[in-house]
Amino acid sequence: MPMMPYVSPEQAMKDKADYARKGISRGKSVVAVAYDGGVLFVGENPSTTLRKISEIYDRIAFAAVGKYNEFEQLRVAGIRLADAKGYQYAREDVTGRALANAYAAALGGAFTESFKPFEVELLVAEIAGDGVELYHILYDGSIGDEEGFVAIGGSAEAINERLKEAFRPGMSRDQALQSARQALVGAEDRQIGAERLEVAGLDRHRGRRKFFRMTPAAVASALAPADDEASARADR
Amino acid sequence: MGDPFDLSAPSFSALLRRQVPDAFAGTFSGGGPAAPDHVEGTTIVALAYGDGVVIAGDRRATSGNVISKRDMRKVFEADRWSAVGISGAAGPAMEMAKIFATELEHYEKVEGAPLSLEGKANKLAQMVRVNLPLAMQGLVVVPLFAGYDPRDRVARIYEFDAAGGRYEERRFASTGSGGRDARGSLKARYRPDLDRAAAADTVIEALWDAADEDSATGGPDLVRGIYPLVAVIDADGYTELDDQAVAERVQAVIDGRRGR
Repeated sequence: MPMMPYVSPEQAMKDKADYARKGISRGKSVVAVAYDGGVLFVGENPSTTLRKISEIYDRIAFAAVGKYNEFEQLRVAGIRLADAKGYQYAREDVTGRALANAYAAALGGAFTESFKPFEVELLVAEIAGDGVELYHILYDGSIGDEEGFVAIGGSAEAINERLKEAFRPGMSRDQALQSARQALVGAEDRQIGAERLEVAGLDRHRGRRKFFRMTPAAVASALAPADDEASARADR
Repeated sequence: MGDPFDLSAPSFSALLRRQVPDAFAGTFSGGGPAAPDHVEGTTIVALAYGDGVVIAGDRRATSGNVISKRDMRKVFEADRWSAVGISGAAGPAMEMAKIFATELEHYEKVEGAPLSLEGKANKLAQMVRVNLPLAMQGLVVVPLFAGYDPRDRVARIYEFDAAGGRYEERRFASTGSGGRDARGSLKARYRPDLDRAAAADTVIEALWDAADEDSATGGPDLVRGIYPLVAVIDADGYTELDDQAVAERVQAVIDGRRGR
């Protein structure tokens, strides 16, 4: 019988974490920013069909970075959980917290038990009353709730630093979009055109389903004032 | 996480059957020999006009010869582009409408795009077919489905029978105990060039005629202010006429028929 070399549990966990982090950092980041009407997700995504941001339920949205096939499975599992729960009980009984906990349990279980951890990082947002709840779930199942804004993905730290300066409670949607793009551009240190951005969110003033997607044209026109200002500065 | 080529992956009813069979065992599989006394909903009518489709239902529910509810809702928004009207055993019918609406939303979220209008009608036909064991015991559910296809820009109406048969209607359709009388009324008043307001008037007239002949169909209740529920689906999606607007049209119908 072949003998496996001894690896300490600390080393095994560290190797898995390094592996997951490396996988996640290869992809582009996504940010969530609260604004006066709800929450806005902004991510760089050259594809217009393979989405990173999605509707889960009436007041709940989902965003992910990392390996597409893995977070797509998790996204569908979340929609199933939410729809089945809302059908059995009532629509208001479906909460972002319960969904975030389910994701944390799934990712944590896979991290400790399986050979390969998930190479994903997730965000769950919920419109709750006047506020917004933001849950951030890491590849190992650790979960945290965030206030106002959060970035996930490889350059999350650099983006978060920039968002901390730009974020103002009660910003308009366009201001939130502009500061999110600015933070992404600053952290990546290169220009990101409106057509490369995937923008979606939750708007508390909509009907039962709060989720919306901004079309590329709407994104471009929301970013136009900031772009004009930048080009005017460049001309001077 | 399951078979990637699982055909039932975007289906909500398949998910329920798999994961929470108890949640709807009563709706989808037969039990004892005959159904106990239960509440029945009655007449639904739909009519397609140039830019869309109207669907309307009376508000009465009966149990035998007893009026059990005067303000029942039998027309439901299935999704932004379609509506389902239900007649037959009220309990299973309302459950079917609820599962159907969840089914459409579930598919849209999982797949990232809504079902085609024909896909929706086929799904509803399957749900009626699955209800067959209950129908054999007397809990018959017969929906009427109306929708607008924003891709083709056409409105369509689908009728069903208790066995799950699905029949597309180009002009108008009716179902329920007063359906025959309503159909005669629609047939007499239908014109291919009806506009939205005239289409709404025509279905209100048809419901009046059904209530006139069928004791299980409720007419407008002027004392309590309960009027038929009239919904329109066109390029702007699903909207319901407010009670005030329906009340005015009902009054016009009454005035037109006085002394007849």
